[in-house]
Amino acid sequence: MAKYSDISPVTDYATQVLAVADAELRKLRHDPMELLSRAVQPALWLVLFGQVMAQVRGLSAGINYLDFLAPGILAQSVLFVAIFYGIAAIWERDLGVLHRYLVSPAPRTALVLGKALSSGARGLSQAVVVYGLAFVLGIQVSLEPRHVLGIIAFIALGSALFCTLSLIVACLVRTRERFMGIGQMLTMPIFFASNAIYPIRLMPLWLRAISRLNPLTYEVDGLRAFMLRNGVSTIGIGLDFLVLITTFTGFVAIAARLYPRMGE
Amino acid sequence: MPPGATLTPSSDTDPAISTSALSRHFGDLVAVDKVSLSVLPGEIFGLIGSNGAGKSTLIKMLTTLLPPSSGAARVAGFDIIAQAGEVRRSIGYVPQMLSADGALTGYENLLLSARLYVIPRRERAQRIAEALAMMNLTRDADRLVQHYSGGMIRRLEIAQSMLHRPKILVMDEPTVGLDPLARHAVWDAIRALRETRRMTILITTHDMEEADELCDRLALMRHGRIEIIGAPAELKRQVGPEATLDDVFAHYTGVDIEPEGGYQQARQARRSAREHG
Repeated sequence: MAKYSDISPVTDYATQVLAVADAELRKLRHDPMELLSRAVQPALWLVLFGQVMAQVRGLSAGINYLDFLAPGILAQSVLFVAIFYGIAAIWERDLGVLHRYLVSPAPRTALVLGKALSSGARGLSQAVVVYGLAFVLGIQVSLEPRHVLGIIAFIALGSALFCTLSLIVACLVRTRERFMGIGQMLTMPIFFASNAIYPIRLMPLWLRAISRLNPLTYEVDGLRAFMLRNGVSTIGIGLDFLVLITTFTGFVAIAARLYPRMGE
Repeated sequence: MPPGATLTPSSDTDPAISTSALSRHFGDLVAVDKVSLSVLPGEIFGLIGSNGAGKSTLIKMLTTLLPPSSGAARVAGFDIIAQAGEVRRSIGYVPQMLSADGALTGYENLLLSARLYVIPRRERAQRIAEALAMMNLTRDADRLVQHYSGGMIRRLEIAQSMLHRPKILVMDEPTVGLDPLARHAVWDAIRALRETRRMTILITTHDMEEADELCDRLALMRHGRIEIIGAPAELKRQVGPEATLDDVFAHYTGVDIEPEGGYQQARQARRSAREHG
């Protein structure tokens, strides 16, 4: 008979979540090139796009545009890393690796949370890169401990949320080809219908309404409050956090329901 | 469920696997059609049949990956629907496709399995070492699996599936795409598991030599149904005095070419053959 752990269901669950997350991070350690290649995109946005757009008057009213842009680019790079998880899940399914997870007794939510947790860790590595770039560009980055803690919380939560969204999409479309199309269709609107690269007040009313339904808006708002030396939240940190955690919880529940379909 | 509790006591004489009128439809296609069979404890039981005969679908239901459309099955005494978690704890599964992660080392793949099955921390190292030794992989434990040969990957996957000491091991086409030497190494590993761990082993195979050499009993599937069940020698005797298992296969599947499993299945079979080869 298979042996059961004699500790407790809670530690068993944690062991299973960490097993999935740890496997992901070990892969990253074996192939750290991925981290380097993922540093290129935020650098391009900040150095090229940021330098040019800083000249546009409407954008830089009262604020330094690069300061405004940096948290948005941080959120963007976290989003792009997290969205990659869906395609990885389809890859795992096509290979057969996914079946090993699905025949294990691990609760399906533990499998999803494990992936989300590793996405959070990947997101944090992105943050280190973007902070480095920000220093070089002379952006007023805050390193106050409570700000750093806030950043860690919002990045981990945001990456986990978009990773889970990506898993949901993967479970629905199931093929790499379809995911490629949908993934593009998803990330661009999420990015542009948010406050990542321009303030919401510049948007037409209909787009403002959409941006209010977009989780990325709340993530960027939180990051903006914590990343910059005199950063402020326009929505409110409490509400940002509440929206993100609620959406994440809902997404995990949906993903855990759909995940077994990938093995059929 | 609390540790150690049993919902259904299963003794050594109860079947390890039993199904009754188990069926699965995909739209209009009946992939598995009212299959009833029993696999006895300690048996090596083989499912044979052409592509699309329903072997893999049957196995997916027994491993809880796919819910049945109708009928029932018990694995290790547990109902595959109501007690899916218990079934998962009681079985080891080696899919036809590549289930070891190439981006991890052999040791890391085993560690992942040990944690997913919540093998107590103090036993983990020892069980992993045992499994590596039994599958003859100790020296390669710290190499990335993408540099393993097909036979080594198969043995690693078996090691991963036995870490939690399951009563039943289910293997879908265990030696497809392996060279003769690697194939014999996998057979030896399967036999060793049966001898030393008293495990019940259910395999699917296309390979009549494998079915003949390895299996105690065989079930021949066709169009989702079981045509005949018996020991290889028995099946051969029924067809003719000089009959081989190939003759048995031809006799029951007929000369007509079965509808193939389609593009997706062909692609998967070839891909896994390539990756294991």
